[in-house]
Amino acid sequence: MKSLKLIGLAFGASVALSTAAFADDLTIAVAGPMTGTESAFGRQMKNGADLAVADINAAGGVAGKKLVLDAEDDACDPKQARSVAEKIASAKIPFVAGHFCSSSSIPASEAYADGNVLQITPASTNPLFTERKLWNVARVCGRDDQQGLIAAQYIAKNFKGKNIAILNDKTTYGKGLADETKKALNKAGITEKLNESYNKGDKDFNAIVSRLKKENIDLVYVGGYHQEAGLILRQMRDQGMKTILMSGDALADKEYASITGPAGEGTLFTFGPDPRNKPSAKKIVEAFKAKGIDPEGYTLYTYAAMQVWSQAVKKAGTTDAKKVMNTIKAGKWDTVLGQLEYDAKGDIKQIDYVVYKWDAKGGYAELNANGT
Amino acid sequence: MDYFAQQLINGLVLGSIYGLIAIGYTMVYGIVGMINFAHGDIFMIGGFIALISFLLLVSLGLTAIPLILLVVLLVAMAVTALYGWTVERIAYRPLRHSFRLAPMLSAIGMSFVLTNYSQVAQGARVKPVPPIITGGYTLHEGPEGFAVQLSNMQIMVVLVTIVLLAMFTWLVSRTRLGRDMRACEQDQTMAALLGVDVDRTISMTFVIGAALAAVAGMMYLLYYGQVDFFMGFVAGIKAFTAAVLGGIGSLPGAVLGGLAIGLIETFWSAYFSVEYKDVAAFSILIIVLIFMPTGLLGRPEVEKV
Repeated sequence: MKSLKLIGLAFGASVALSTAAFADDLTIAVAGPMTGTESAFGRQMKNGADLAVADINAAGGVAGKKLVLDAEDDACDPKQARSVAEKIASAKIPFVAGHFCSSSSIPASEAYADGNVLQITPASTNPLFTERKLWNVARVCGRDDQQGLIAAQYIAKNFKGKNIAILNDKTTYGKGLADETKKALNKAGITEKLNESYNKGDKDFNAIVSRLKKENIDLVYVGGYHQEAGLILRQMRDQGMKTILMSGDALADKEYASITGPAGEGTLFTFGPDPRNKPSAKKIVEAFKAKGIDPEGYTLYTYAAMQVWSQAVKKAGTTDAKKVMNTIKAGKWDTVLGQLEYDAKGDIKQIDYVVYKWDAKGGYAELNANGT
Repeated sequence: MDYFAQQLINGLVLGSIYGLIAIGYTMVYGIVGMINFAHGDIFMIGGFIALISFLLLVSLGLTAIPLILLVVLLVAMAVTALYGWTVERIAYRPLRHSFRLAPMLSAIGMSFVLTNYSQVAQGARVKPVPPIITGGYTLHEGPEGFAVQLSNMQIMVVLVTIVLLAMFTWLVSRTRLGRDMRACEQDQTMAALLGVDVDRTISMTFVIGAALAAVAGMMYLLYYGQVDFFMGFVAGIKAFTAAVLGGIGSLPGAVLGGLAIGLIETFWSAYFSVEYKDVAAFSILIIVLIFMPTGLLGRPEVEKV
């Protein structure tokens, strides 16, 4: 019993010490898949957040305080995301940049709303994230219905009269994206020949690939992540097919090319115009490159989420989440992604998706207006 | 018909991969009576070792593919066997005379340890290799342009499965070690009284099981072209199911169970919906177990008094 008391005392003392040490600092959080199968994206987010915090601190911090970054791992698992969210809320952290997977961001956002935490996601594109009219959510990326629309327009223009198939991986992101694309395609008068779903985590897609072969599919739209999409492509080529694969923003990762090898050439995907090429991002990109980091994928989006929040805090003069959110929705924010403006739901007003194409050397480039 | 043939090839190859992993499960269960839940992760380790040794050999400047594959195979088997031995020594042997569930729980723990260890040591990214064994045959080209493809890699997967099954059936039924194994399976105390070194035999079983997992891991790496730290989980569950379906403890049963699951999954995906392929496979498992509780080729368990 005595030792228990001692432990309690020691624990209490250490907690008191740690809060004392951080009394002048303001902790904010980045939450995403730091481990697990999507950890490549978690690392992008962490990189973006690290530099953003360093830059904001170098410019004098926020509301007179230095920022401290707390990186939390949800492993792209909804249950873990929820407990991470509760942990952040109970630590009275006013702002979180996260999460990555839509299936994590959505359940987490409710815990953030209850705990008075402002959440800006750099990456979750499922419409539901902002459609539930929670007061505390916003994003710096687009939405799947916009993404699906751009994909459908491209397909309708370049694959008219060809055979189209749609696959999804049953996740909130993948199925949401596939459904939005299907809706937009059907509206454009194109009916898909095959609409199927697979399990995220599967490796063997030969059965479904043979099915695509039987239906003479010219283009398969995959609502899912890059690992499965990469394997589907590889197995299509192994079965001697020339079908084009098209997908969403999850393919914006070098890992896709390392899975497919040169066979990945010609794969299409929709993504925001590469933020690395924007004039607003030039300086930051150089700062990343100086550190040996290629700010690909969602790195700059996470950076931008931090910028929006810190600028809004400065303007509002408080870190109170509700007031900051009202400020965000009322103003215009200069970020590495360019100027962002918000609607009442927390979506950005700018629609910016374009179609990209992978080349044989493992890089991707924006398609020009002619679709080549 | 062409479509059916193509799906048959797909199913047989997938089934062989499941069967290859399931042989390791069933060997350990057959001797120790324990489900080694860490087997899927040993299989993952085998894949990683194969990948690392492959990259090492290539960076040393070797170009002869058959030689590389042979060396990779031997290195992967040896190093993975060491893992298998260590796992048994650390996590199972101290618990051998404990209550029945203890080693099983310890195996689940070991599975977490191995998964997280490889994530920390190798990173969470998928590790790809370029296609090594390429080429194949177009068996038949239909009038509508549907070509039945059989790749060299697919032939290799099926051949390796058949050869290993034959080798290990021979090992268990014809060699001294196999006789010791069967003796331990029947009664460990009695076997020890008759001069069988039980600890050594059980260690050897884990070593062999791990070496088998390494072969499966290498085939997996070559066929799917990638490994990641998480692959042992799903593959392990499927292989375990295959072993149970075939009759756990029976070597041909493991391969038969693997083939059955591979074919059911593939044909269900081919003619019905991909979405419910696992439901189909597990429903068949339940039906088989209701009518044949010991699996397809399992022997009824004799109650020991």
